[in-house]
Amino acid sequence: MRTLDSVFGIAGTALNSQLVRMNTTASNLANASTVAKTEGEAFRAKRPVFKALVKDEFTNAGFPYLGGVKVDQVVDDPTPIRSIYDPGNPSADEKGYVYLSNVNEMQEMVEMMAASRSYQNNVEVVNTARQLMMRTLEITKS
Amino acid sequence: MDLFSGALGIHERALGVRSQRLEVLSRNIANADTPNYKAEELDFKAMLKETSREYISATHAKHYAALEEQPDDGKRFRVPFNSTFDGNTVEISVEQAQFGQAAADYQTTLNFLENRISGIRKALKGE
Repeated sequence: MRTLDSVFGIAGTALNSQLVRMNTTASNLANASTVAKTEGEAFRAKRPVFKALVKDEFTNAGFPYLGGVKVDQVVDDPTPIRSIYDPGNPSADEKGYVYLSNVNEMQEMVEMMAASRSYQNNVEVVNTARQLMMRTLEITKS
Repeated sequence: MDLFSGALGIHERALGVRSQRLEVLSRNIANADTPNYKAEELDFKAMLKETSREYISATHAKHYAALEEQPDDGKRFRVPFNSTFDGNTVEISVEQAQFGQAAADYQTTLNFLENRISGIRKALKGE
């Protein structure tokens, strides 16, 4: 019988995943204005891809994480890299071009807000489950 | 002696179903950003019906084996109001509202249980 306990596990996995998402956003924003000598070296925005924990094999025995979520992989944003002509830049190639990162600051801010809201949702779930559990414990005092 | 077996009535079982519903909803909220995740919901009526349902079973060697009947676990997929590009059917505001309701439902069942227990206590004290 699965009970309220598993709510904590599930919400915990979600908190973890949203935190990873927040971290990637922070990393993307931090690297937004980096430049590189070649297109391959240019920084590409990272995006975590979530996956539902639907099978028992994904979960540790004793921890009710079934039904939670995990970060399956972190993929690069496919947006093309822009290059600008900046011969004075020490990172410029022979032709005087530097390659910018493909981070879109607006998009990252939106991503950050979405991650933060999702995190708050799951904190609220934990809080509610905790309150209900405490009330259930008090049933003997009625 | 079977003095208290039925004392808590349906609420004992209902509390289990309520907590299960909370779990399903928390799963939906946790997977709000998971691509291709399909939101689930519990059919309370079906689950309650399941408790009083009797299954055909072979009790004698000469009986024909009965058809395998799968118990209805009450799980249903949500039908979303809007579709999304990534195939996720969780609508977070719906889930939030449902979660609030589920929490209130749980507390209601708890209240019923508390009443029952205090009733039993009164009866035992004989005041």
